[in-house]
Amino acid sequence: MSTAVVTGIGVAAPNGLGTGHYWAATLGAHSGIRPVSRFDASGYPARLAGEVPGFVAQEHLPSRLLPQTDHLTRLTLYAARAALDDAGINPGDLAEYEMGVVTASSAGGFEFGQRELQNLWSKGSRYVSAYQSFAWFYAVNTGQISIRHGMRGPSGVLVSDQAGGLDAVAQARRQIRRGSGLIVSGAVDGSICPWGWVAQLASGRLSDSDDPRRAYLPFDADARGHVPGEGGAILIVEDAEVASRRRARVYGELAGYAATFDPRPDTGREPGLRRAIELALADAGARPAEVDVVFADAAAVPELDRQEAAAITAVFGPSGVPVTAPKTMTGRLYSGAAPLDLAAALLCMRDGLIPPTTNVTPDPGYRLDLVTGEPRPAQVRTALVLARGEGGFNSAVVLRHAI
Amino acid sequence: MADTVLSFDDLKRALRDAAGDSEEIDLDGDVYDVEFTALGYDSLALLETAAVISREYRITLSDDVVGSVRTPHEFLDAINEAAVNEAAVNDGVR
Repeated sequence: MSTAVVTGIGVAAPNGLGTGHYWAATLGAHSGIRPVSRFDASGYPARLAGEVPGFVAQEHLPSRLLPQTDHLTRLTLYAARAALDDAGINPGDLAEYEMGVVTASSAGGFEFGQRELQNLWSKGSRYVSAYQSFAWFYAVNTGQISIRHGMRGPSGVLVSDQAGGLDAVAQARRQIRRGSGLIVSGAVDGSICPWGWVAQLASGRLSDSDDPRRAYLPFDADARGHVPGEGGAILIVEDAEVASRRRARVYGELAGYAATFDPRPDTGREPGLRRAIELALADAGARPAEVDVVFADAAAVPELDRQEAAAITAVFGPSGVPVTAPKTMTGRLYSGAAPLDLAAALLCMRDGLIPPTTNVTPDPGYRLDLVTGEPRPAQVRTALVLARGEGGFNSAVVLRHAI
Repeated sequence: MADTVLSFDDLKRALRDAAGDSEEIDLDGDVYDVEFTALGYDSLALLETAAVISREYRITLSDDVVGSVRTPHEFLDAINEAAVNEAAVNDGVR
């Protein structure tokens, strides 16, 4: 069975546009969480967000794509190009059916959709953009990457809230094993607009704090929900042999994956996260003791934090493995969060530095070795990334250092 | 009704407004009889352009007509034909 490796990373994150800016900010504990600027959120119960700074679409996209793309699709196309450049890939040099695109999404292009629905209601149907037919759609990012870069191999989109970011990368690995040479994967997500905001508020999981340093505190006794953000990472996944033939720089291997589903909440049965971790480790052929760091889902909802801490300590023992949540600097990016964590984990392996969880004073009751305050030097050869989606989705990916 | 009939420049402006500039070929060049596919405008781009024209000039084209035009020349002819027909209908109503 062929091995799937990551050879390119493209990042659009609230604390940095571009992989270099994101990683420097993350190691420097610089947060991108601020009052919402994209619309007037002052009258809403949640008023903070992680917004990608300094993105001027006209600088990154041809004029043709502007009328037909939501903000998040523009960020996606930026990140996809950055990832391909990082991998040293010129798609025009490769066979179009050798390359596929598998991304994740949670909501689609809500801001575009809201604007067109407002046009419909206030002005009439002839004012609705023809591009509304696809610009709002979950699969639009996959489609636009595919069209822009001429990639006609196996493609798709995974929709399982935050877990989708890992599910997409796992699907990319499946397609590599079935014979594709290259899959563009990961996700960039977000819907910081009134329509997206009320949809997220309905989860009851958003923080109502106005203090960016106190709003999103996973594994802290003061946890009070999360701050939503926008962004994520696009990853270039390749067959290891293909990558080796072209002497590509390899960040790491997608060594293991598993997904489980939670039992019905009132059954009293254990949530599915521990099983996802164990199955992903088994898939990777890795023992718990080999794992050097865990990137947590970090819901910052007390019950969910308890579940996650219980799953981690059940597998690794109390304080048995360093755990971190750099998403405390970005907010939760929905399906974009886990691909960004994969990027952080791969960069962490490269640089020997575990990025910190910011602002959090760990509740000792969770018995986690949470990396807080500043980066922790560590030789990281194996990393575990966790993501949980609302509605019962649990996914886990094991990354292994490139040899 | 002659003042509502479109010029080629009007059509180019509507195309740019609706669907962005052509990446492939300069629209200000000799493109009157160049096929939209070569200019990089797909069927949705033309539908959106027709919507812009409908809003700004009150000239309505059926989706079938929009789907059948292959060049700016044909598109402009279809628009102006529709404009003349609408004018005739309106005159008849009056």
